[in-house]
Formats: sequence, C-alpha cells, structure tokens
Amino acid sequence: MNKLILKALTKSINVYHAACSPCNNCDIEILDCLTPRYDLERFGMTLVGSIRHADAMLVTGVPNMKTAKRIKLVYEQMPKPAVVIAIGSCACGGNLFRNSYNFVKPLDEIIPVNAYVTGCPPKPEAMIMGVVKLIKALKAG
Amino acid sequence: MTEHKKQTIIPIGPYHPLQEEPEFFKLYVEGEKVHKLDIELGYNHRGIEKISESKHFDQVAFAVERICGICSTSHPFAYVNAVEDLAGIGVNDRIKYIRSIIGEMERLHSHLLWLGLAGHFIGYNTVWMWVWKYREPLLDLFEFITGNRQHYAMFKIGGVRLDIANNDIPRIRKMCDDLIPAIDLFRGAVMDDPVIQSRAKGIGTLTKKEAIDYCAVGPIARASGIDIDIRRDNPYAAYGMVEWKVITRHSGDVFDKIVVRILEMYESIKIIKGCLKGLEKEPEGNIDLKIKNIPAGEGIGRHEAPRGEVFHYVRSDGSNRPVRHKIRAPSFMNVATNQITTTRGTVSDAAITLGAVDPCYCCTERCVVIDKKTNKKILSGKDLIRLCQEKTREISGKLNKKIE
Amino acid sequence: MNSIAEKVKEKFGSKTIKYLRKNAKRHYFDVDAANIVELVKILFHGMEMRFITATGIHLREGFEILYHFSNDKTGEVISLRVLINEKVNPEIDSITPLFIGAEWIEREMWEMLGINFRNHPNLKKLLLADDWPDGNYPLRQGKQ
Repeated sequence: MNKLILKALTKSINVYHAACSPCNNCDIEILDCLTPRYDLERFGMTLVGSIRHADAMLVTGVPNMKTAKRIKLVYEQMPKPAVVIAIGSCACGGNLFRNSYNFVKPLDEIIPVNAYVTGCPPKPEAMIMGVVKLIKALKAG
Repeated sequence: MTEHKKQTIIPIGPYHPLQEEPEFFKLYVEGEKVHKLDIELGYNHRGIEKISESKHFDQVAFAVERICGICSTSHPFAYVNAVEDLAGIGVNDRIKYIRSIIGEMERLHSHLLWLGLAGHFIGYNTVWMWVWKYREPLLDLFEFITGNRQHYAMFKIGGVRLDIANNDIPRIRKMCDDLIPAIDLFRGAVMDDPVIQSRAKGIGTLTKKEAIDYCAVGPIARASGIDIDIRRDNPYAAYGMVEWKVITRHSGDVFDKIVVRILEMYESIKIIKGCLKGLEKEPEGNIDLKIKNIPAGEGIGRHEAPRGEVFHYVRSDGSNRPVRHKIRAPSFMNVATNQITTTRGTVSDAAITLGAVDPCYCCTERCVVIDKKTNKKILSGKDLIRLCQEKTREISGKLNKKIE
Repeated sequence: MNSIAEKVKEKFGSKTIKYLRKNAKRHYFDVDAANIVELVKILFHGMEMRFITATGIHLREGFEILYHFSNDKTGEVISLRVLINEKVNPEIDSITPLFIGAEWIEREMWEMLGINFRNHPNLKKLLLADDWPDGNYPLRQGKQ
C-alpha cells in the first residue's frame, strides 16, 4: 500500500458504527470505548455519523433478510481504502442465530472483513486491542 | 398529497437494537411540523421464538439473554418465572434476593445509560460523559458478581448460577452509597435546569387515555399517570419482601418520563439495600434446586424490566424443549406510542421524543433525511441531533437574556 | 378478596367452554372464536384490563390463539384461548378496531403463522422482509 495512504488510514481513525441486527450489547460497549473510562478520543478516534467520512466500519450483529442488503450498500459507499472490523460473535460467525430462518449468510461472505473481535460481548479492552493489532498488521504490509 | 405540497419524508433508522424489534421511522414533515410517523420493524428480527423451540429448557435461558443487551436480565427473569409457573416451583429466599439484586442493578445501569443518551440528544454531552462515567463502577460490580460486564447469565430454572458471598455484601452496599450522590447530581442537573425544562416540558405528550389504548407499559405508562408495576402488582422474587414504592407522574411528556426514571433509581437502590439485608440472614450456597424435568403444561412469566413489563409464555409437552415460547418485550407496546407523540412537535423535538421511549442511540444516529422528489440525501443522522442541539442552544441563549 | 376471575366467569356466562385455574394469579378461559370480539370488549372496555399480548400456536388440529389480559389491580393474568379448526387458511375477527394496541401483534401473527384477521385496518408485513416468499410461515410446524 502507498505510504501516504497507509498513514492516512492508520492515524486518527474515523469510525463508523453499523449495527446489523445486533442485541445492542456490542453497541453499548463500542460507545463505552468513547466515554471517560476508556476514552479512545485521546488517540484521535472518533465516531462519525456518515459512512462517507469513515476509515473503518465496525459491524455488530448477524445480517438478516432486511439488513444484509443494506450493509452491502453501506460498504460500497465507504471511501476506499478502508477497513471492516466485525465486533462480537454474532458478526464473526452468527452465534446462536446462525440457524434462524431470518439469517442470510455470514458477514464475511457479504463484505470483506479485515479483523474479527470475538466475545459476547467483547470487552472494550478487547476491541481496542483488535484495532491496535489491525493497525500493526496493516503497517507490516 | 396536493394540500401538502412540500411534504418531506425523513427516514430514521433502521436500527433500534434494544429488543428483537428494531425500528425504521418515517417522519412525514411539512416545514418544521411533523405530520405523520410510519414505523417499520424487522431490521433486527432474528427469529428467537423459533430458535427457542430447538433448545432445551436450560439453554433457552442463555438464548433469551441475547434478545437485548441492555436489559439482558429481564428476559431470563421472565423466562424462569414462566417455567417456574409452569412446573409449580417455588424457590427459596436466597435465590429470590439474588435475583432481585441483579434485576435492580440492571435497572440502574439501564436508566443511567438512557439518561446519558437523552442528554446527548438534547445537546448536553457533559451529562452523557458524566453519567457514563458513573455507570462504570456498576459494570465493575457486575463483573465482580457475575463474571461479565453484560450478559450476566445468572438465571437458571430453579435457582441462580453464582452465589453472592456474604463477605462481598459491604462492597455492593458501598457501591449503592456511592451512587446516591451521583444520582443527586443528575437530579439537580436535569430537574432544576431551565433549559431542559423548556426543552422537555409539554413535548411528546402521551395522555392517559392514549396510553391505555396503546397498552403502554413501564415508565411510559407511569409518566402518563397509569399506576402499574408488575413488581408490586404481581410480586415475584423478593419484591414483595422489601420496602419500596412505585413512582408515577401525570402529564406524560418527555420531562415526566425523565423524572420517573431518575426517581426510580432511588427506589432501585432502596430495593437492593433491602435485599442485601435479607441476604445476610440466609445461609450461603443454597442457590440451586436442581430441577431435572419440566412437566407438560403452560406457564406465564412476567418481569418489570427497565422499559416495562416483559411477558413470556412457555408451553411444554413433557419433552426437554418448549413447544412454544412467546416473548413480548415492553418496547413492542411502547414504540407504537411514537405514532402520536411525535406528531405533536417539530422535527427538532423528534429526536428526544423518540428517545424518551428508551430506544437506543442507533436509531437517531443512523437517520438520513431524504427529499421526496429527488430522493437525495440532504441531512445525515448527525444533523437531526444537531438540529435538536441547536434548538437547545437557542433556548438557553434566550433564557440567559431574560435572566440578565 | 373476591377474585377477578369469578367476575369474568359471571360476565361471560355460557360463553365459557372450559375454565382452568392454574393458580391464584393465572386463569385460562376456553372460548369460541366467533365470540372473541365481544368477549375482548368485555375485558378491555368493561373491566378495564390491560391487553398484554396474544400468542399464536400451530397445532395438529389447527391454530390456537391465546389473548392475554392483565388485571393490574390484583396482578392476575386472564388468558382467552381460541381454537381455529382450519389447517390451511385460518381466519378470525380482528380486535384492532377496539383498541390500537393490538395492531402490531395481529400483524405479527398474520405473517408468522398465516392467520388472517378480518377487519384489520392495516394488515401488512411487520417483521419480515418485503420480499419474503408468500405462503412460507416461519412459525408453522413441520414445514421449512
């Protein structure tokens, strides 16, 4: 990857949070990362409201019949290069919902996923570690 | 359509990850005024009722926990109530106390979370950060008692999975004591603030008659003057054994919904303290009745979750799996009330009105304004919150002038 | 204290087919599907009970619907049990015209179980995707 692009991608990451039929637990833990205890904003990471401003997309929950199409659409609107991180067991593999009639297919078959953070829900520390590991992997090429 | 020449549709959503029912709101606006609200569900439908039929009774308690993250104890609570009603099981006092403590700690955490988000919606990000800061010790305590910050997995049929050691009781009591000054702070910050008052009073009103018609439950019904609370009306766990009272208000606007939730937190602390007192007297370790078989039959379980009554209906045919498991979450009734409450205000009030029902931030954070003719996005989700926050600033500017 | 179930029994009269008292707080009344609107009106408007929800169940002989009502003063739950003896195209009168609170649950039963509600003002999909195949009801048994 071009050095300049890599620098732009890995410094002050703008994060977009796409909930894809989750149970809300991963979502509040993501928000928890921004509040005083963990305070990710000190590293320049901010949650943005529009996908067009985002460097990284955090996806939670299982893709269902209604959200699967939309998550693909959202991914296509994201300016590239960008990374996708699957947060929680649901986004990583479907959890117990993989046998549901409303489950379409795993998230990584719909859009490319760069990192997986498992757990139900993962602790904020785990999410931060996932992002750090991803940045390291990107920098290593 | 001809009379509403410049009608615009504002889709808000599609996620409301609070329960299995997420929402997609379509606001029909004319200028500033909201005309109609369409609610579309299904963005979060994962078919848990069907999944539940393929799990055995013990596993279902874990499965229903995954319906909702914020009130992840209320569904297992109602489920074990339902199965215990089905099989006619009565649990001992220690189990009852532990269940009530977990239930009330969850109410505290849920109300705090909501209060923070409500602050965020009307532009008081300080309130948001503060509240979430004070919520952390509560989550630490959850981790200490149950081993997890969320999804506690404490409930099982005929018992709880982990005991609270009597040595740990002072720590829980200290947390409760530490929380009271924080809640006092929020009560002062919210209830005495002229800006919040003018922003929330008379906004999104739900009258008593409408609340009855929509069968609203929980804080929404209590803010509209309906005196219902399953914990008192149909006592289960330890709620009949400790002193507390039900909070009601009468005007049904956003302000009353905030007040009900804040005052309920004091009651929750009262319940936890009462339960701890009872817990000390009970011998340790007696926390599981070891239920093996669930007979054929049907049972109904209810629990007053932070958002209202959770209802579970379980039918068994004597095998190890439920034949039918019906789940009704409180928001299923409460969210429908938005159909009237939002039409009484402007777009800038919509965020807080929708928020007052206690859905989640995702709703408002992911909304997009679409012009009906060109079908082009004009405003992003953030802009709706921005609109809401700007109005607050405007009002506070005017109020400050008056004071001067 | 006089149980609310006794009063319900009195008001329903001969319309109760079978009464089951599970315990002091849970009462089940088997009633005929043709009377459902009238009986729900008695409970909701006449006795001021709160409608909790309705449960639809697919059985071998047809469909069963349980209408759960809560009497919040005494904490009792009254459930009206209705059996629809029809295996393919079950139908019943809608109770939504009586109060708006029943709208969503009837829509849910319609899409999940395929029970048609007569006189429902707004019978369209609630939870499932718009392109969900017709005639495929997820909560019906034995058919995938």
